[in-house]
Order: sequence, then C-alpha cells, then structure tokens
Amino acid sequence: MVYFIVKRLVQSAFVMLAVAFLAFSLFRFVGDPITQMTGVETSVADQERLREDLGLNDPYALQFARFTGDMLKGDFGFSYRTRQPVAEMIATRIPATLELGIVALLISLLVGIPAGVYTALRPRGIATQAILMVTLVGVSIPTFVIGIMLIFFFGVQLGWLPTFGRGGTVRLGGWETSFLTVDGWRALILPAFTLGVYQLTLTMRLVRAEMMEVMRSDYIRFATARGVPMNRLYFKHALANTMVPVITIIGLQFGGVIAFSIVTESVFQWPGMGLLFLESIRFVDIPVMGVYLVVIAFFFVLVNLIVDMLYVVIDPRLRIRDVS
Amino acid sequence: MLRVENLTVKFPSRFGDVTAVENMAMAIAPGEIHGLVGESGAGKSTVGAAIIGLLQPPGFVADGTLQLGDVDLRALDRFEAHALRGKRVSMIFQDPQTSLNPLMRIEDQLVETILAHEDISADAAQSRAIDLLEEMGIEDASSRMRSYPHQFSGGMRQRVVIALAICTNPELIIADEPTTALDVAVQSQVLDLIRRLADVRKVGFMLITHDIGVIAQIADTVTMMRRGKRIESGPTAEVLGNPSHAYTKQLMDAVPPLDRKIDRFRVPKDEEIDATGQGDAARAWLLGAERETAVGLTLEGIAVSFPGVRTSMWQKPAPHIALQDISFVVRPGSIMGIVGESGSGKSTLAKTLTGLIKPSDGTMTLAGAPLPGGGARARKHPSRQLIQMVFQDPYSSLNSRHRVGTILAEPLWLYGLVTDKEERRKLCIDMLRLVGMLPEAIDKYPHQFSGGQRQRIAVARALLARPKVLICDEPTSALDVSIQAQLLNLLKDLQASFGLTVLFISHNLSVVRQMADDVVVLRNGRIQEQGPCATIYETPTAEYTKELLALTPVLPADWRP
Amino acid sequence: MLAFIKRYEGLWLFSRSPAVILAAIMAFGIILGAILAPWIAPINPYDLASFSLMDGLLPPVWDEFGSEKFLLGTDDQGRDMISSILYGARLSLIIGISAMTIATVLGVGLGLAAGYFGGRFDAIVMRIADIQLALPAILTALLIDGIARGILPPEMQQNLRVTVLIIAIALSLWVNFARTARASTFVQMNKEYVQAALIQGQHPLRVMFVHILPNILGPLLVIMTVDLASAILLEATLSFLGIGLPADSPSLGTLIRIGMQFLLSGEWWILWIPTLFLVALVVSINVLGDFLRDVFNPRLR
Repeated sequence: MVYFIVKRLVQSAFVMLAVAFLAFSLFRFVGDPITQMTGVETSVADQERLREDLGLNDPYALQFARFTGDMLKGDFGFSYRTRQPVAEMIATRIPATLELGIVALLISLLVGIPAGVYTALRPRGIATQAILMVTLVGVSIPTFVIGIMLIFFFGVQLGWLPTFGRGGTVRLGGWETSFLTVDGWRALILPAFTLGVYQLTLTMRLVRAEMMEVMRSDYIRFATARGVPMNRLYFKHALANTMVPVITIIGLQFGGVIAFSIVTESVFQWPGMGLLFLESIRFVDIPVMGVYLVVIAFFFVLVNLIVDMLYVVIDPRLRIRDVS
Repeated sequence: MLRVENLTVKFPSRFGDVTAVENMAMAIAPGEIHGLVGESGAGKSTVGAAIIGLLQPPGFVADGTLQLGDVDLRALDRFEAHALRGKRVSMIFQDPQTSLNPLMRIEDQLVETILAHEDISADAAQSRAIDLLEEMGIEDASSRMRSYPHQFSGGMRQRVVIALAICTNPELIIADEPTTALDVAVQSQVLDLIRRLADVRKVGFMLITHDIGVIAQIADTVTMMRRGKRIESGPTAEVLGNPSHAYTKQLMDAVPPLDRKIDRFRVPKDEEIDATGQGDAARAWLLGAERETAVGLTLEGIAVSFPGVRTSMWQKPAPHIALQDISFVVRPGSIMGIVGESGSGKSTLAKTLTGLIKPSDGTMTLAGAPLPGGGARARKHPSRQLIQMVFQDPYSSLNSRHRVGTILAEPLWLYGLVTDKEERRKLCIDMLRLVGMLPEAIDKYPHQFSGGQRQRIAVARALLARPKVLICDEPTSALDVSIQAQLLNLLKDLQASFGLTVLFISHNLSVVRQMADDVVVLRNGRIQEQGPCATIYETPTAEYTKELLALTPVLPADWRP
Repeated sequence: MLAFIKRYEGLWLFSRSPAVILAAIMAFGIILGAILAPWIAPINPYDLASFSLMDGLLPPVWDEFGSEKFLLGTDDQGRDMISSILYGARLSLIIGISAMTIATVLGVGLGLAAGYFGGRFDAIVMRIADIQLALPAILTALLIDGIARGILPPEMQQNLRVTVLIIAIALSLWVNFARTARASTFVQMNKEYVQAALIQGQHPLRVMFVHILPNILGPLLVIMTVDLASAILLEATLSFLGIGLPADSPSLGTLIRIGMQFLLSGEWWILWIPTLFLVALVVSINVLGDFLRDVFNPRLR
C-alpha cells in the first residue's frame, strides 16, 4: 500500500515536471523574453546585459533547473503586460475559480449520481428514456450557449439573477469568498449551473454504465438469489462497487471543470483565473500563460492523488494483501 | 417438494419468440440430488433460472407449472418472489471468484442474508454464521470470517458460497455447474460437502452440469436434456448405466474412460467424420515433400520465471516461477500428453515451445537442431512453420473479421508454400474436406460455425503450414463431450496418416489417456512423473498422480456398454 | 427487405428507433447542405459585393417585416443568414472532420503500438497521455493558439488560422483514441487468434493492422462519432472566445459570437438561428454516436 502511494507520488511529480518544462519552453522559445521585457528605446548593449543578468545565456538545462527552483519557491516571474508579479495576479484570482469549480462539481455529483443510479435500475422506464434524451441534448449544447440562454431568461427576461461578476464578496485573510453573502450566492448560481450541466451529464452516463455492468455481475445475481433486500442490494452492494471505477473518472473530470471554467468565466465576466488566462492569450503574455498551466496541472494532479487515496479506502483488495 | 410440469420458457427476439425450454418436467424430493445434464444449448441453466425467478430479461415463462411445496411459484408477484429467494430456494453459481461481493467482509454478507429472512438478533446471526462456516470445513471461522473474499483461495471461496446459500435453511438449492471452475481435488471436496448437506439437512439439490462423471458420482436421479427438451429421467444408474434412449447412448459412448484406452470413439454414422475418404489432394500435398521423416522434440532443464508484482518499496519482488527444470523427450511421430491442473504451467510450456515466452534457463531442440526461445527465435526461423498449434478456445482462435478462406490461406503464402492464389484456394477447400467440413465453408466467417466446426477449421489451418509438430493446448475443453469425441477421432486419424509429432496438453486425465503414448505430469511448474501412458495410469509412483487418479470422477465399472 | 434488415442487428435496431432515424436525416441534411454550400447558398457571404447594407437586419420571412428574398433574415451587414449558416457549417465541419481524422490516426497508431509492444514504449506513450490529460482539451487548444500567435508573423496568422485550429483540436482529442485503442489491443493480444499470428511469425505491422485493428473498430467508431461532435463544439467555443476564426470567414461559433451583440436588442434571429443549427448538428451526431455505442455494447441496452 505504501508502495502504491509512493508510486503515485512519483508519477505525479513526473507529470508536474513535464508541465513545468512545457511552461519553461513557452517562456524561453515563444518570442524573445528580452524584447518583451524591454521597450524599443533600450539599446542592444543594455539588452545583452539584461540577457546575461537573467542567465539567458546559460545552458538550457541550468536555466530549466533555475526556473523550476524559482517556481518551487513561489517566484513565478513578472507579467509582460502589467509588469506585476504573476504569483500575485494568479493568487487573487484563484478563490473565484475554485469556488465556482467546487459548486459546479457538487451540482454535477449531487444530481448526476442519483440520476445515474435511477436510470441504471430502471433501464426501460419512460423517465429513464426522457432523462437520457435530455442529457444527450445537454452534452450537445456548447457551454457558452447554455450560459447565454441562462443569462437571457433569468437575467434579461425575468431579471431574477445577476448576469456578470461575483456580486458581494467577503475577505477572509487572503481569500475572497462569495459564500458568505446572499448577493455572492445569487451571482454564483448561473455560472455554477452553466459549468455543472456538462459535467452532470457525463457523471450520470458514467454512473449508469458502471452500475448496469455491476448489476449483471455474478455477485449481484448471487445476492439476489439469496434474497438480500432490494434496497441493500442496490445501495450497499451495487453502488459501492460502482463507485470504485467512478471516482477515478470523477478525478479526471476535475480537469474538465477547470477547462470549461475558462468559457464560463468569459460568458459571465467572472473574475477568475480563466478570464486572466484568456486575456494573457490575447496579449501573448507568456509568463502568465505558463504559470496558469502549471497551477492547473497542479490542481489536477492533487485531486487525482486524493482520488487514489480514496480508492485505497474503498477497495480492500488494495489495502489487504491476499492471504490464501 | 419441487414439481416442474410442462415448463416452457421463451425469449423474444427480432425473429419472433425463441423457445429455450419446451415441455420440461421434473420433480425433486427433500434430500435428493437431482442431476440436470445436457450439452451446451440444452437449456438446463434456463430451467434453474426459471425456478428461482431470475431469468435474464427479456426471457419469460410462457407455460407450465412450477410448484415448490405448497407454493405456486408462477403466481408470486415481484416482492413475494424475492422474499422466497434465499428463504426456501437458493442458488450456487459456477465461479466462486466472482460470486462474492469483493468490497464486503464474509461476515457481513452472511449476517445480512440471515437477517433478511429471520427475525433474530445480530449476535445470534453471527454465531450461526460461525457455526455454518465451521460446518463447511473452514477452520478458525470466527476470525477468518472477518476477511474479505480475495483473501480466500478458490476452493475456500466455494465453501463460503455454499455457506451463504445454506445459511437460511432453504429446501432447495440450484447448483449451476458448481465445480466446473475447480480443480479435481477441490471438486471432490465440494461434491462431498453437497452430498453431506443433502443427507444430513435433507436439502434438495438441483445439480446442473455437463460433466457425466460428476453426475455418476453423486446424483441420485438424473434428467437428460437436449435442445430445450427433456430426453428422459430416472434413477442415475438406470438412465446412464443402462442407456436405452439413442441420445443418451450416444452421449455415454462419447465419454472417455479413465481406466482404459479405446481406439476410436463410437460416433453416430451421420456425424462420423471420415478423414480417410475425402480431401485426396490435400492428403497428397501433405504427404509429399519429405514427409517420411517425423521429427522429435527435446527439452532440457527448461525454466520460466516472470518478474513478480512489486508491492513494497524496499524489497525486490520475488520472481514468479512458472516452470522449473522441465526435461523430456518427445519421440518422433508419437503423442506426448501433458497433464496438470490450473497453475501447473502447462500453457506456459506451450507458449515457451512456440516462442511466445522466453525460457530463463535450459535448451530446446527440434529434430536435433537447437530451438531458440522467445525473442531469440527469428520471425523467419524454420521452426515457425514446423511447429503449429491448436488452441483451447475455438471462439477466439480464429479472427472473426476474416473469412475462413483468408484464415486458411495465411500459412500458405506466409511460408511460400503455394504461390498461386487459385491453387491456394483449391488446396484450402480440399483441406476443409479432409477435416470433415463442406467446401462452402471457405467463404463464410467463423461466427457462422459451431465450436466443434471452428476447431476443425483451426486444425486445418495448422495442417496447411505442413507442420511436423502439432501442439494442442486443451483443444477439447471448450467442446461438448460428443463433439470432443469427434475431434479426438480426427486428431488421431491425422496423426497416424501424416506421422505428426503431437504434444497434447490437457487437465482432463481421461482425455489424455485416450490420446497419449507418453505422459508428463506437471504440478506447480515441476514434473511430478513421466513415462509411458499405460504405466503412469496403471502403476503411478508419484503421490500426486495417485491422488489425481483417485479423485477424478469415473463411471462405475458395471456401467460399461 | 424486412428479412434483409433482420439479418443485421444494427440495421434492425436502427429501423426501430425513430429518434435515431431522425438524427441521421438531420446530420445528413446539414452535411449535404454544407458540402453543396457554394452551389445552393443564395449569396457568397465572403464576397462583399454580393450583399448590401441596405438589406441589413431583416427578420426571417414569417415575420411581418420579413422579405421573401431572405428566408431566415439578414445580419447587420445585410448578409443572408442561410448563406452564412451554410458556409459556417461547412467551415465547422471541415475543421471538425480534419481534426477528428488526425486525432484518430495519431491516437489509434500510438495506442495500437503501445498495446502491441507494451513495456517501455507503452509506459512512455501513457505518460505523455497522462500529461495531456492534465491539460484539458480547451486549454490545449487555447495554448497552441497562443503559441501560434507568439511564433507566427501576423500576416501568416490569418492564413494559418484554420490549420492552427485543426492541429489544436486534434492534439486535445488524440488521448481518447490512444487510451481506447491501447486497452482494446491489450484485450486482443491475449486472444488466441493474435497468438496464432505471432507464433506463425507474421510481421508486427500485419498483426497490428490486419488482425487486431478490424477487431477493435467498434469502440473506435463510437469515439470517432462522439469526438467529431466534441471537435465541432470545441471549434465553436474557441471561435466564440474570439481566438478561433475571424469574423470575415465565420464558422458557426463565430456567427454565434457576432449574434451575441444582438442578445439584448430585438434581432433575435441573428443569435438563435445559428445556435439552433449548431445544436441540431451536434445533437444528431451525438444521437448517432449513442446508437453506435448501444449496438457495439449491448449490455447498456
């Protein structure tokens, strides 16, 4: 078990290193950092001196090592566009994106799992067919269209909910949260729903497929044959076994949530990391792009590590070795 | 106690309703072990599923009476039927590896089942569970039952499964191939357990199996089924010992005996495959070109080990040793039988000989020339042509996306044996005739054939490489016993006609007895004993061989037709 | 006819599901319209001379202010909506199908080889796939787009927009194919027909492409359909974010972005008609994909 966890840690570190290398290559090879940092009035000699000072003439391996070291220390360099430290820019944006992502993920799980279980247990029901059709349309409507439609109906036509920004936020230490004000929650509803719908359909379909697979397994048939009460059969035997593969995929889905938050943030002008990333792409602000990449990959890897630990908790086959 | 009359089960399909079981009738008394026998497609599992109310949808009971004691099973609604399951009728499945919920402790699964049907305290249920496990022969039950299923071996798991089926004292247990996935030693223990439960607790058993030997060993009465219909039923010794019905007779003729070798199986005339009459061109082609010399195969000190699965950071995993110190000689033109249970390394041996696995030690020689193993054997090495293989599973050994003609022609062009396309086709057709298939088969796809026919195609493919050595890895274990008899006849004929050297691998001692000249007994990757077939079977020296021979179910001596 | 349909399970199921038949007709119709756009569209939306500002903002024909000349109305430039949509769908489909094709070839090739050779090669391919997974589709596409902006001179950027989009989308989709192909290949490698081919000493390429590939086509076909839908959605999303295609060669996504400006004014058709088309196209492709999944994996029925 310890070996399993250590192996996962090493693999995660490897992924992070590769992403860091990607960010480094972006910074180093896409455009010339020096021309980006200095204006037209800087003389060639000054540019060369700066190049030497920044170590850009050193071997690439050394530069990459220094780059990674700086990252580990939390020094992410400066934005080409605003000349601010990137670390600061990202840090102020993280709470908005994370809160949006977590609420969206919760919506997707709290609705998606029960819906998946229901449709698996009543595969021929009319409600199941309807749910399946609706979710099929759900995955086919682009996130931004869902956002636009929600804005149109609930914002413009009905005027019930705000359509942009975070509304009222409260500062808790360095963390700006929407969770503590009514206004903040109201502003969160539409974006979170927009972001959650797509994940919800995925979760539901996945749970349904796995559950149907489990329901025809021998141990479920055997449990049925010895008259284990139906509720126990469904929710103790079948659901637990369904969740083993499902949580792995849900970990992977977190990446999707973060990615689509770019779109959602753009539609709702939500001041998160995604919006910052879009701006940085528009202005070819390479350092911000690179750091965003690393931060996203870090969250992704972290969530999947947690999922792997959960796996160990759920499945005794990973915890206890065969004795036979 | 159980009375089935006029039972008809149908499955709706796009071709209309398909009748899986028709006019089935049987009765089981308390304490009776009633064998339900038949070949695949006979509908015997469907009968069991219909009784316990677990037919795979969309199947349904179309007609008939299902009476358990005073209860009409067909009149129950969904909830009543579920309440009855476990309480009065229970079931045992084939594979103990998959029958238990892997995420729950044995204890929880037992207690939950008992509490589902009886109004007793959790403590009482727990102590009943301990008693039951001990009765099933699980030592130290009170602590063992805190384990998860994966911590038990296959045989122990089947005991747990039986404990789960019996824990609510049902009157009837439907056992669907309960020992098919088990080795003979474990099989005999499980059969003893079933016999004891029937005698002591007066539980009625419906024992569904394809294995006549198992039925002969423990069933009191037997019902013979074929294609959804009942052929006959009655006391076991009467029905099987002195078969009167043509089908039963035919089936009994096809069962290979353990205690003697018969030259050919008697198979009905119309299904008899005559490998001497047809396919003259293919015969001539096989006999031409240096066919007169049969070749021998020698193994010396062969060992195979696989890297173990790493589970700890500090220790290097111990390698898994699949084969160790394997040495034997296959005489030119003889049949060498390799016998062993699951995990004995017999399939690894086949893979090593064919170059799929690299031996970690030892040497192999083919016709006196060294035979390189694993990756060291070049793709164009001559042995690739000389050694051909017939596999276990006819459903996966032929590429389902290729026509039979394409499959058969492959060795011909690959080894440059026949360069003209038309000639290849002609030869393939003739080879199909030789193995007893119709020429039309050449343009069909494998899924259009039955298992036995596919196995013939696989044999034809092997022959079309003009091999001198044929490795058969459990070639009949996926086949019904009557089809097995036909295929064994065919293999014998071909071996005799073409002087092939054959390595015949099987877990089934009776089958090997019919085929082999010499025998090697394998266990856990080591040779226990080797020698001429008759010697090994009649005067075994190794303890293990003696045990295997003693535990293999056989037909009583006085049943001989 | 009926007997013929009954012989093939897929055909039989198809004939019995009206929703799937409807989806097939819809997808086929839109694809046909897109292919024939240059011949059937009333005007060429790329040709500034073929439309005039005078016709701007006309509603569809069923509105009392509509004109029979423009069945679905016009945008603010006076462009006929039908023509814009047909050309837009054409561009969306070209990008989607190209990206899907590249992703298929790349993913299936790598996945097959990884499953066949196993060992170190497999480990490397799968680690690359892991990294790709940590960077979700939209992010990858945006990133490649950003890099292209950084590297390419501005005049080339315009010409290469479509190519960059195709590569960006293809790179974000290949992992799906690679993982599925690899997993299926692993299963096939243990099948006896593959072992038979290996024992005979057949060439690895023949084993991979002649023996294994036809046997794993089913699940791959499903992914191809579903990923075509994703590719079209991804293109629309990128164009909507303003980093896909420019306004002078609009895809469906670009049309929707342009239509967004009219969300609050009365000209609803400029936004909702292209949106409806996009959704109809993607829904019908997804319905077909779902149907294929059911055919190839009967357990989910």
